[in-house]
Amino acid sequence: MKFPLSWLKTHLETEASLDEILACLNTIGLEVEGVEDKARALASFRIARVVEATQHPNADRLRALTVDAGDGKFLSVVCGAPNARTGLVGVLAMPGDTIPATGTVLKVGEIRGVKSEGMMCSARELGLGEDHSGIIDLPADAPIGASYAAWAGMDDPVIEISVTPNRGDALSVHGVARDLAAAGLGRLKPLVPPSIAPAYPSPLAWRIEDPRACHYVLGRAVRGVKNGPSPKWLQDWLSAIGQRPISALVDVTNLFTYGLGRPLHVFDVAKVKGGTLTMRMAQEGESLLALNGKTYALTAEDGIIADESGPEALGGIIGGEPTGCDAGTTECFIECAIFDPVRIALSGRRHDVRTDARARFERGVDQALPALALELATQTILQLCGGEASEVAAAGTPPAWQREATLRFERLASYGGDAAVLPAEAVGILERLGFTVVARDAAQVTVAVPSWRNDIIAAGELTQAPELAADRAAKAAEGCAAIEPECDLIEEVLRIRGLNTIPPVSLPVSSAVPAAALTARQSRAVLARRTLAARGMLDCVTYGFMESRTAALFGDTPDSLRVENPIAADLDQMRPTPVASLLLAASRNAARGYPDVALSELGAAYRPGTQLQVAAGVRTGHTPRHWAEPSRAVDAMDAKGDVLAVLAGLGVPMAGVQVTTDAPGFYHPGRSGVLRQGPKTVLATFGEIHPRVRATLDLAGPAVAFEVFLDAIPDPKRRKRGAPDLPAFQPVRRDFAFLVDATVPAETLRRAALGADKALIVEAAVFDRYAGDKLPEGKVSLAVQVTLQPRDATLTDAAIEAVAEKVVAAVAKATSAVLRG
Amino acid sequence: MSETDDLAALREGTAAQLAAATDLRAWDAVRVAVLGKSGSLTGLLKGLGAIAPEARKERGASLNRLKGELEALVEARRSALEESALEARLLAERLDVTLPPRPFPPSGAEAGGIHPISRTMEEITAIFGAMGFAVAEGPDIESDWLNFGALNIPEHHPARQDHDTFYLPAGADGRRPVLRTHTSPVQARTMLGQEPPIRIIAPGRTWRADHDATHSPMFHQVEGLVIDRGITLGHLKGCLIDFLRAFFDIRDLPVRFRASYFPFTEPSMEVDIGWSRKTGELGKGSDWLEILGSGMVHPKVLANCGIDPREWQGFAFGMGIERITMLKHGMPDLRPFYESDLRWLKHWASDPLSPPSLAEGV
Repeated sequence: MKFPLSWLKTHLETEASLDEILACLNTIGLEVEGVEDKARALASFRIARVVEATQHPNADRLRALTVDAGDGKFLSVVCGAPNARTGLVGVLAMPGDTIPATGTVLKVGEIRGVKSEGMMCSARELGLGEDHSGIIDLPADAPIGASYAAWAGMDDPVIEISVTPNRGDALSVHGVARDLAAAGLGRLKPLVPPSIAPAYPSPLAWRIEDPRACHYVLGRAVRGVKNGPSPKWLQDWLSAIGQRPISALVDVTNLFTYGLGRPLHVFDVAKVKGGTLTMRMAQEGESLLALNGKTYALTAEDGIIADESGPEALGGIIGGEPTGCDAGTTECFIECAIFDPVRIALSGRRHDVRTDARARFERGVDQALPALALELATQTILQLCGGEASEVAAAGTPPAWQREATLRFERLASYGGDAAVLPAEAVGILERLGFTVVARDAAQVTVAVPSWRNDIIAAGELTQAPELAADRAAKAAEGCAAIEPECDLIEEVLRIRGLNTIPPVSLPVSSAVPAAALTARQSRAVLARRTLAARGMLDCVTYGFMESRTAALFGDTPDSLRVENPIAADLDQMRPTPVASLLLAASRNAARGYPDVALSELGAAYRPGTQLQVAAGVRTGHTPRHWAEPSRAVDAMDAKGDVLAVLAGLGVPMAGVQVTTDAPGFYHPGRSGVLRQGPKTVLATFGEIHPRVRATLDLAGPAVAFEVFLDAIPDPKRRKRGAPDLPAFQPVRRDFAFLVDATVPAETLRRAALGADKALIVEAAVFDRYAGDKLPEGKVSLAVQVTLQPRDATLTDAAIEAVAEKVVAAVAKATSAVLRG
Repeated sequence: MSETDDLAALREGTAAQLAAATDLRAWDAVRVAVLGKSGSLTGLLKGLGAIAPEARKERGASLNRLKGELEALVEARRSALEESALEARLLAERLDVTLPPRPFPPSGAEAGGIHPISRTMEEITAIFGAMGFAVAEGPDIESDWLNFGALNIPEHHPARQDHDTFYLPAGADGRRPVLRTHTSPVQARTMLGQEPPIRIIAPGRTWRADHDATHSPMFHQVEGLVIDRGITLGHLKGCLIDFLRAFFDIRDLPVRFRASYFPFTEPSMEVDIGWSRKTGELGKGSDWLEILGSGMVHPKVLANCGIDPREWQGFAFGMGIERITMLKHGMPDLRPFYESDLRWLKHWASDPLSPPSLAEGV
């Protein structure tokens, strides 16, 4: 919402400066979006006369001027403009002034030996256009020494505010003025009802066929009007707010739309067929050629104003072209109606038509203003266009807007903490806002809500959660009904008084050392992220949606997870796994010349009806080159290492974790695994990316990935640790190398070795795997280190040998392996 | 007629040879023998010139058709062979995934780091945690009711249009789920899930159909909700001032509160911090920068969630995590946050071994 200061001042009697007004608007919730204030930038630029212009002694193209700045002193100014001449009246910049076009600050200087104490400016230098052909040449009678901006009428700053959706009443200069007056910035000028004597019966009648279309409407004709251009002041105001002046009659409707927030429409009486304007719902198949030149196909849900030949306006939104006023109009008919906000909003959205009328009706207009607004509009039209007014035509019943609210002073004080608002102050603010006191005592005040404040005790049902118990829901609803009107009043008082006046109070804490902010599960997620970063991975944040074709490479892409209105075709499917997003990111990095990346993300994998929290990662390319460690391609074991680091960090007991080889299809089938706890719980997946997926994503080099499903990890048990096992005897370590079928998982062999003697063997670890032509086809050699822990005495060689035999036997039994000689 | 017979024979012969080719080398031999420079089909095409003009047209058309067919056959065999070669390779490439991984990470640990959004969320958690807040969460896909209805934003409300909502297909109840447009649904989830007093923050992902230099279709917010007896606007202001000064590490950071409107709070206010537009320095200069929205919880929101507003009062706030991150670190552009550009990540990442701690300073 935009308005020039001069328009505001026709509604607000004030001594306040522009800055005070802006600061106040910001405070009371009418946020200033911007101010266009040419005068401010030009404040110090004065009108000055060139008393004498002579040729510069040392420069052909320059002139030496003597300039009268109006304060009795004559200044020496060097000027290069071709039109600098004796007697010219122009605009002078003085040392210290900032030149708007360049931002430079003018200084006293000397140009080729002649002192220059100022500058005569061109229009471009002042930011007033592109003209730089010469300095500004003003009429000879322009007042020397006066402010140029003020003389040129540029001292009418245009203020733009953003009006929140609840404040239909502030979509008007009058409403803004009322708020400012309430905040103590002046006095609201009341609207004075004119007395207009009707000269003839109304040529048009109203008929409300369907109250859904409109429930109250007034109208009046004015005949003998001359619809020429509107006067300059009105054109200036409208131009200042970005509205194109059209004709006096149309401009008057805009004057009321912006000035009073009261949209009006004017019909050309001669163009209306049949003498009756009907408020009804449109029929399917009807259409309207609107004033914006567009044709709208109407529906049975649109309220319209129709004459005998059909729809003439989309009520409350936009008028029709065929019955609009133009230069030939001699008799107009002013419409002033109340429309239903919800219906206007839905119609406006259905047809995607945004008008100033719609913006006001969907927020709600002043329910009691129509009669007065019609009188005032008639008066303005008579003044600007001449003619005489008819009687008023009316239909329907005025809306019942009257309602009351009570404010308890104690409750008001409870919002402000220490800064209790005095009852007198609160009541004063409400009264200045247009509330009228109905009753008041020491504890509370009851006020009547003004007709323009549709947001106070607004209509609108509760939408309570269906799962609430009936008694709880009823009690809460009752509480809301009792409290809400009061909250509305409290908001008004505090808003106008200024929220800055309330002193801040730190939140009291129940304990100086608060409980942990994160639950165990939440801490675990953060720890997973840190663990991965500490393993050299870069934590990423990627979009949760992606192209459905890409998503399909990584899992199911059900329709229920397809975005209906994607912002781009490649962001239409909720992803099945963050691995997909990270591989896309790796591919982008490779294309930039960085094929070796390690990226991780703590993000969601989406499933129908739910989402899983996943710590995911990808590694691509090769390990760094190093003198001590040759570079190699990343492989599935790297991804497994990441997964195990996360699981160990999160306290998962590793003894119970098993690896299976049924990883999802985006992995290489032979080089991927699933980590499980028990047969059902999948903790993680890891592996090399399937070559086909890699090719589709343009990833040339090796790529591995993993997913850790954090929700699947059972809650850590908080229990005290037992005493540590600290035997008095040294452990004994023995190595075994077995020849075994290549298909036997190393883990099977290791477990067999570990379980060979439960009393003595505490650890078994595979430390070598050899496959090659020295071994029979299909066989590998696996080497295991077994740790024996004696408890009662040092082990004898014989005892060790006995355990070794048990190990060999157990492994042979489990895997058909034989000890290598 | 003999012409078409020889073409049919060539087609059948090629098909048989392709079927017999079981590797790419054999396949290529067939391809060259038929379609190569001195291949049989190429020979037939070259021979066209010797044919009588009246027969040439028909013969030429047949040959071209055959050429197309043969090329398709050859191509189909190639992809089939490649497919089976890949299958064979995948079958041969077996890794014993039960083996233990290497004991050290494959790249230098110092290469890793925490994303600035993650870092900011941890800092927010640390600061509000000290004020007794717990972290609450909700899913990205929410019901219409939790995202709007519970928060006093009815269907036709103008505020709903400002949200640029992403929708998912309607479920069995006929209502379309949404990608949550703000973290505020967590307010409703929390109030329904626990009795007051409540003191939570809810950092998380949010979504709006808006994409330009300063908007991303996915971004992050942190919601705050305090419900208790005797909670005042003064507490709201104190809590936010305490947070902002700690977060930006500026003890005298100017903070300004302006009246505003949100459907789910009343009174509502926007919060600005002082900065210099010229230098971008926070806490300096005389300009103001809007940083978050807040207010006292609207009685309708309380009642929608079963809380009696006569008994309980509270406040809520929401702020953009990217925005405060960019301000804190002087980051100029929003878009790289989600691009996972290695160079950007390395530049802005923080050390995982130094998580935010009030003891060490956030």
